[in-house]
Amino acid sequence: MAGRPALAPAGVAPAIPTVGGQRRLKLPSVATRVLDNGLTVMAVRQKRVPLVQLRLMVPTGRLRASPRDQARQRVLGATLLSGTSSRTALDLARRLQELGGDLSGGADAEDLSLSGSALAAHLPDLLALAAEVLADATFPKAEVAVERHRVRQELALQASQPNVQARMAVARRVFGAHPYGAGLPDPEVVGRVTSAQLSRYLQDRVGPSGAVLVMVGDIRAEQALDQAEAVLGGWRTAAPPQDLPAPAPPVSGPVTLVDRPGAVQTNIRLAGPALARSHPGYPALAVANIVFGGYFSSRLTHNLREDKGYTYSPHTTVEHHVAASIFTITADVATGVTAPALVEIAHELGRMATLPVMAEELAAAKRYLTGTLALAIQTQSGLASYLVMLASFGLGIDYLRDLPDAVAKVTVDDVLEAAADWLAPSRLVTVMVGDASQVEASIRRLSDVEVVPLA
Amino acid sequence: MPSATRRRTPAPSVPVEQTTLANGLRVVLAPDRAAPTVAVCVLYDVGFRSEPEGRTGFAHLFEHLMFEGSWSLPKLRHAELVQGNGGVFNGQTRADATVYFEQLPASALELGLFLEADRMRAVRLDEETLANQIAVVQEEIRVNVLNRPYGGFPWITLPPVLFDTYNNAHNGYGSFVDLEAATVDDAADFFTRYYTPSNAVLCLAGGFDPDAALPLVERHFGSIPGRRAPKRPSFAEPIPTSERRQKMTDPLAPLPALALGYRVPDPLGDLDAYLAAVVSTEVLTDGDASRLHQRLVKNDRCATHVGGYVGTFGDPFDVRDPTMLQLVAYHPPDVATDTVLTGLDDEVDQTVADLGADELRRVVTSMQAGLLRELDDAVSRGLMLAVLEQLRGDPGLAARLPGLLAEVTPAGVSEALATWVRPDSRAVLEVVPGGQA
Repeated sequence: MAGRPALAPAGVAPAIPTVGGQRRLKLPSVATRVLDNGLTVMAVRQKRVPLVQLRLMVPTGRLRASPRDQARQRVLGATLLSGTSSRTALDLARRLQELGGDLSGGADAEDLSLSGSALAAHLPDLLALAAEVLADATFPKAEVAVERHRVRQELALQASQPNVQARMAVARRVFGAHPYGAGLPDPEVVGRVTSAQLSRYLQDRVGPSGAVLVMVGDIRAEQALDQAEAVLGGWRTAAPPQDLPAPAPPVSGPVTLVDRPGAVQTNIRLAGPALARSHPGYPALAVANIVFGGYFSSRLTHNLREDKGYTYSPHTTVEHHVAASIFTITADVATGVTAPALVEIAHELGRMATLPVMAEELAAAKRYLTGTLALAIQTQSGLASYLVMLASFGLGIDYLRDLPDAVAKVTVDDVLEAAADWLAPSRLVTVMVGDASQVEASIRRLSDVEVVPLA
Repeated sequence: MPSATRRRTPAPSVPVEQTTLANGLRVVLAPDRAAPTVAVCVLYDVGFRSEPEGRTGFAHLFEHLMFEGSWSLPKLRHAELVQGNGGVFNGQTRADATVYFEQLPASALELGLFLEADRMRAVRLDEETLANQIAVVQEEIRVNVLNRPYGGFPWITLPPVLFDTYNNAHNGYGSFVDLEAATVDDAADFFTRYYTPSNAVLCLAGGFDPDAALPLVERHFGSIPGRRAPKRPSFAEPIPTSERRQKMTDPLAPLPALALGYRVPDPLGDLDAYLAAVVSTEVLTDGDASRLHQRLVKNDRCATHVGGYVGTFGDPFDVRDPTMLQLVAYHPPDVATDTVLTGLDDEVDQTVADLGADELRRVVTSMQAGLLRELDDAVSRGLMLAVLEQLRGDPGLAARLPGLLAEVTPAGVSEALATWVRPDSRAVLEVVPGGQA
C-alpha cells in the first residue's frame, strides 16, 4: 500500500464491514387530487419537524419566446410578491415572517414557479397568501422600478462569473436560437419592462391548467388537499400552455474559446444532447454518466484530479428540460494545463465510447444512483422539490421505484451502447472560457479554435 | 393585518444520548428510527484558527489528506466504499473545527463507523499524494477566489481588517507559498497533535437503534489508542477602539461592495448576550421585511442587496470567541460608500429607538423555522449536535434554542445593537470594482 501511516502502532483495525443488499425504496404515500380547474394538488405527510414545504409549478411555455418574454419572466420572478390589492410588499414580507415562512417566485421559458415553506400549523395561511398573489398581484409601479434596477445589477454580477459565462456559451452552442440557448436576459430590455406587461403576463399565461401544487411536511394529507382546494379551486384559467418545440441538434465545429484576458483558469465544457428521463435508454445513459464523471469515484475525477491535480471538482451531469436533455462535462483547470486536460478528457471519453466498463464500476455506479435517490427525498424540502420536478416531466412518485428497477437491469453492453451514442467525442461540442493569449496556440495543436469575445 | 397568528414556540423533537469512550471520544447518538438513511459525522476540534504561522491553509489541506488513505485503506478506497454503497460524503474546514460526514443507507451504518475510525486510527501519507492535493487545493482556491469576482469576500478579506492577531486575521485557504512548503512530516505532526479521539466528537443521526449502534461504535473506535488532547490557546484580542477602514480593488468585480465587521459577545461565555446579538442581526437583515432591506434597498435605493450574519460562514453556533457580526451590501457605482454607511447607521439608531415586540416576534418566528429546516436534514442535524457537544458539551441545546430565541426582548436587541453595532469599533472593507481605485 502506498503511503505510510502517520502514526504507528495504532492498534488492530477491524475488517471492512460488508453491507447487505440494497433495500427497495419505501415510497412515501402521496395523496393526489385534480381540481375542476385543472390544478393537480399533492400532499405528503412527513413529520420529522413541524414545518411544511410548498412548491407550485405552472407551465407557461409558448412556441415562440422573444427577448421581451425573457426579460418579463426575470422581472416577474422578482416582483410577484411586491403587492396585491390589499397588501403592500412590506405587508407580504411581514406576513411571511409571522408564518415562519418564506415564498419566492421565478419564471422562465417553461414555467412559473412559487416555492416556500412555513410552520406546519400555518399551511392554510401560506396557501391563502400564495393564492392571493396568483390572483391579485398588482405589480406597483414604484416596486417594479426598484426591482428592474436590482435585476439589472444582478445580471451584471451574474455575467461577471466565469462559470455563468461558460454555461451561457454552452447553451448557445448546444441549443442555438431555441429559447434554451438564450442566455441571460438583455439588461436594456429588462429596463423597459412595465407593470402593465407583468399584470398581463400573469393574467394571460398563469393559470391552473396543467399546474401542479405539492405540499410536504407535518400535515394531514387529506386536510391539506381540502385547504388547497378551498383557496385555489376558484383560480381562474388562463390560455393553456404550449409545448416548446424540440431544439435542433447542435452543429459540430471548432472549439469555441471565449476570451477572458487574465484568467488564471480555463473553464472547460464539453456538451451534447442526451436522452429524456422517460426514454427506455435513459437508465443506461445515467449509469454511463456516473461511471464517467458523475461522482467522485469516477474515471474523470480519478484522472484529472486525483492523478494529475489539474482541477478541483471535475464532474459531468445529465440535465433535463421539458423539450430537451443535455450531457455536460465540467472541468475548471489551471490555465497552463488547458490542452493536456483536453487530451485526458478526450482519452477518457474515447475509452467509454469504445470499450466496456468493468463489472465493479457498473455495480458501484448502480448502487450510487439508487442510494442517492433515497437520500434526495429524505427531507421535506428534498421530497417536495423532487415531486414537483417529476410532475413537470409528467412523472409520478413511481418513478423513484421504476428507475432503480430499470437501473438494476442495465448491463455492461447497455452502458457501452449508451456511451457510444451520447458520450462519444464526435457527438460533443467543446466550449471554453479562458485567456486566449495563453491557451489558444496549444489548443490549436488538438483542434480548430474559434475565439469569441466575452458576451 | 387580517388574521391573528397564534403564538407558540415550535418545539423540535431531537432525542439525544451521550457517552464518552475510554480513549476520550465523545459520542452523540440522535436516532430517528424510521429513517432509511443514517449520517455519520466526526468533528475534530481544530480549524484554521489553530494552524501554525507559515502554514496558512494547512488545516484545510489536511482535511483533503484525510480522504487520501487511512490505516487499512489505500488512496481512493474511502470514496469508493461510501459511494459504491449508495452514500455521499464530504468535509469542511471551519475556523474552530474540521468536520467530516457520510450519509449512507441505514444498512451501511457499520461501514461508516469503520471508515471514520480507520482514519482516526491513522491517516496514510506520502510525498506524491501531498503534492497532488496541494495542486488540487490550489485549483480550489483559483475557482473560489482568484478566478472570480468577489472571491473570498468577505470571509477571507474582512477578518484582517477587524482582527490583528495571526490566528484571527489570516487567510484560512492559505497562501500558495505556504501550501507548497507543507511537508509529510508537518501532516504527521498535525495528525498526532489534533486528530486524537479525545479531541473529537462522533455523532450519528438518522435511522439506527442506539442499543445496537453503541457496541458497534465501541468495536470500531474503542481500540484506537488515546492521546492527550492539545491545550487550546486563547484567541482573545482587544476590541478596536476606532473605526478601521480598508479598500481593496477587485479587477473582476462589476459593482462596488461593502463589508462591515463588528465584534460580538463571547458565544460560549455569555449565551444570552450573544443570542441578542444574533437576533439583532436578523432584525437588520432577515429578508424583505428587514430593517436594512427596507431602508437601503427600498427606501433610500442606495443599495441593491444587503445581507448579514454572525460567525465565519453564517452559522452563529459553530464559533468561539472572538467572532464577528458581518454585514454585506452591494451598491450602484454612482452611490458613495458613505451614503450607504450613513443610511445604515441611522437605521441601526432607529431600531434601537423603536423596535417593537411585534416586529421582534416575527423575526424570531422566522429564525425558529430556519432552525427547524436545518434539523430536518440528517447531516446538518448531526453536524449541529456535534458542534454543540464540542463547544458546549450540550447537544440538547438544539431542541432548546427555539425557546431561548423567544426569550430575547426588544430591550435586549436594542442593547445589543447599541453596544456592539457601533461605527466607532467596526471594520469597513470597500471593494472597488475593476481597478478604479
